[in-house]
Amino acid sequence: MTTIIHPENAAIEGIGEPCKRRAGVAGKTWRARGLSDRAIAWLFVAPTIALLLAINIFPLIWMIRLSFTSLNLSMSYLPLRFVGLDNFQDILTDEDVWARLQTTAQFVICSVALQVVVGFGLALLINRQFRSHSFWTTIILLPMMLSPAVVGNFWTLLFQPQIGPFNYLVSLFTGLPPSSFSMTGEVALAPWTIVLVDTWMWAPYVMLICLAGLRSIPDYIYEAAEVDRASSWRQFWSITLPMTVPFLMLAVLFRAIENFKMFDMVNLLTSGGPGSTTELVSITLKRAAFEKWRTGYSSALAIILFVTVFGAANIYVKALKRVKQR
Amino acid sequence: MRKSAARKSSKWAGGALALFAGVTLSAVATQPAAAESKQLTLCWAAWDPASALVELGKDFTKQSGIEMKYEFVPWTSYADRFLNELNSHGKLCDLIIGDSQWIGGAAENNWYVKLNDFFDKEHISMDDFVPATVVGYSEWPKNTPNYWALPAMADAVGWTYRKDWFSRPEIQSAFKAKYGRDLAPPKTYEELKQIAEFFQGREIDGKKVYGAYIFTERGSEGITMGVTNVLYNYGFAYDNPKKPYQMQGYVNSPDAVKGLEFYKELYRCCTAPGLTNAYMQEGLDAFKSGQVAMQMNWFAFFPGLYKDPNVGGEKIGFFVNPAGPKAHFTQLGGQGISVVATSDHKDDALAYIKWFAQPSVQQKWWQLGGYSALKAVVDATDFPKSAPFAPQFLESMAIVKDFWAEPSYAQLLLDMQKRVHDYVVADKGTAQQALDLLVKDWTKVFGEQGKKVASE
Repeated sequence: MTTIIHPENAAIEGIGEPCKRRAGVAGKTWRARGLSDRAIAWLFVAPTIALLLAINIFPLIWMIRLSFTSLNLSMSYLPLRFVGLDNFQDILTDEDVWARLQTTAQFVICSVALQVVVGFGLALLINRQFRSHSFWTTIILLPMMLSPAVVGNFWTLLFQPQIGPFNYLVSLFTGLPPSSFSMTGEVALAPWTIVLVDTWMWAPYVMLICLAGLRSIPDYIYEAAEVDRASSWRQFWSITLPMTVPFLMLAVLFRAIENFKMFDMVNLLTSGGPGSTTELVSITLKRAAFEKWRTGYSSALAIILFVTVFGAANIYVKALKRVKQR
Repeated sequence: MRKSAARKSSKWAGGALALFAGVTLSAVATQPAAAESKQLTLCWAAWDPASALVELGKDFTKQSGIEMKYEFVPWTSYADRFLNELNSHGKLCDLIIGDSQWIGGAAENNWYVKLNDFFDKEHISMDDFVPATVVGYSEWPKNTPNYWALPAMADAVGWTYRKDWFSRPEIQSAFKAKYGRDLAPPKTYEELKQIAEFFQGREIDGKKVYGAYIFTERGSEGITMGVTNVLYNYGFAYDNPKKPYQMQGYVNSPDAVKGLEFYKELYRCCTAPGLTNAYMQEGLDAFKSGQVAMQMNWFAFFPGLYKDPNVGGEKIGFFVNPAGPKAHFTQLGGQGISVVATSDHKDDALAYIKWFAQPSVQQKWWQLGGYSALKAVVDATDFPKSAPFAPQFLESMAIVKDFWAEPSYAQLLLDMQKRVHDYVVADKGTAQQALDLLVKDWTKVFGEQGKKVASE
């Protein structure tokens, strides 16, 4: 068996010049067999790169190309025209698209804010030791383990105005007749319905991230605070919260990106309705691409969304780094 | 000892080889037989008539030896699923029962095999079928003798009502006291609204009931297929009959605005709560659970409803889509059967169509729960008596009107879904604004398609 010692490591190995020669001999042996270290490295990496190129980079480049064309798959007999930036202009001057972006922003802000509050609260509770702690942790984590399709259908039944238990529960507390309101069918309630269900499903995820943050705070800091007779409230504001902020910011980043792309759960719950009240931009994109078959237009919309999320995430990551440095 | 072990293992090896050879030989021997067993895949929606078609298809297999395989997809994803399949030139379907509005796109994109030569060769005449179904399901361009499908499943929007409730003396007298006329299936939309208002919130057999069930679904085609039944009858037209694609003043005419307002009033006054995104299945559920007095739905479901143990038989009645102040139409449903151009089994698929077009097969199709479009079946003297909903079906098929069947139909449909749902369900803007925006949307779509749209 041939042992290869890298020249940089020769001094550490304490072998010196003869070793370099030996390494040279070894290198020659590999070359004689036709494979250098670099070639082996490439051999291992090549399938991944090929796969990445085939299913990620190539479609991306293809999509960029299509975004400058008039392609409509339901009318593929029409000649393909290069339309320059027309699709982008159409999108950016379309009031409906702006309205959908606004709806998406409202959904992202409300649901992420609520998830952070609920998730952090749950993490503070779960961070304490109490009886049946593991059992409750598992129960709390259950919703995020479910498929969004299951969650969508399950909540649709719960919200059914005539037989759904949710309306009966509300009527117990408010005295309103159960069938007098529809959570998914009323303009005023439907946006809150999707926020509620998303929070129910994903607050446990935020809780997990916050829990990791809480457990990373060394005990001696709290002990020192207690020596200084700091109250629990003061400990929370001066130690717990500042030290978990980077984790909270990370949770906000993950959830905001995910919610910006939210499709399945909302599609099942409201189909974007009533009217277009809960039509998130991902639903608009799906309708343009796979129901209206406007491939050129939807490619342009996908690029705009990608750039928006990518840009916003980059600014956010820079802010996160600054917070961490502090 | 070693020798006997070696002999034993060589015996095992010999046995294994013989077994392998036997299996291989028998596989080779049965290969021609396997190649001979033919199979066709038929794609359609998953609903009551599909079960009838499976039953009917057994006769075809018996006669031809061709196995039938079925790919049925729920209505809500039917268009997405199969248009995607056709767009990508897939080979899943040999035969497809595609929606009437697909015909333009299917013809222009060459997704379907043109059937003119085949019809001529097999002496299948389109004159033998109900004219509305030929125009609606087979022809592209419309009203020209270019056939891309054989009318397979005639259908239209109709209504069911609770005959048992309507005939109760106390309900009859209460209605007469309020409206000064007898309670009977409505002939006009005004009458329908009165009846719906009368039943809304009324307690029958200790249960609160509602007036009417109408389509409100947002995602696919639901609310459009519902609202057009009112719009047509109030004076809405897709375009100027003399200037094709001139929509201004037709789609958004004052009469069309009144029709849209009426649909919203009906939705607000007389439907069950929570039905904000409801289509065929929700209607069936509402009717079967005894929740509504009247239900808008497709004729295709009526055989199943008539057989329902709770609301069927003597308890159910049927009526034609009521007239409006300006006209009397109903929305066309139904589909034609086509051969998919990318199929590897086109000849077998054509053989199926030839078999399906026979009068005896069409007669059995109707008996099993499908709706034949063959004149020999529907014009037979005993047809009106063959089912309690047959007379209404015949009457409806004479007054049908369809949505656009252009290649861009999906865009046109989704635009209408959005504008109508925004106004009717989400209470956004006015009817005039909704229809003006619809004209703007449709003008843009036709522009992209290269059609000249006259504004005045």
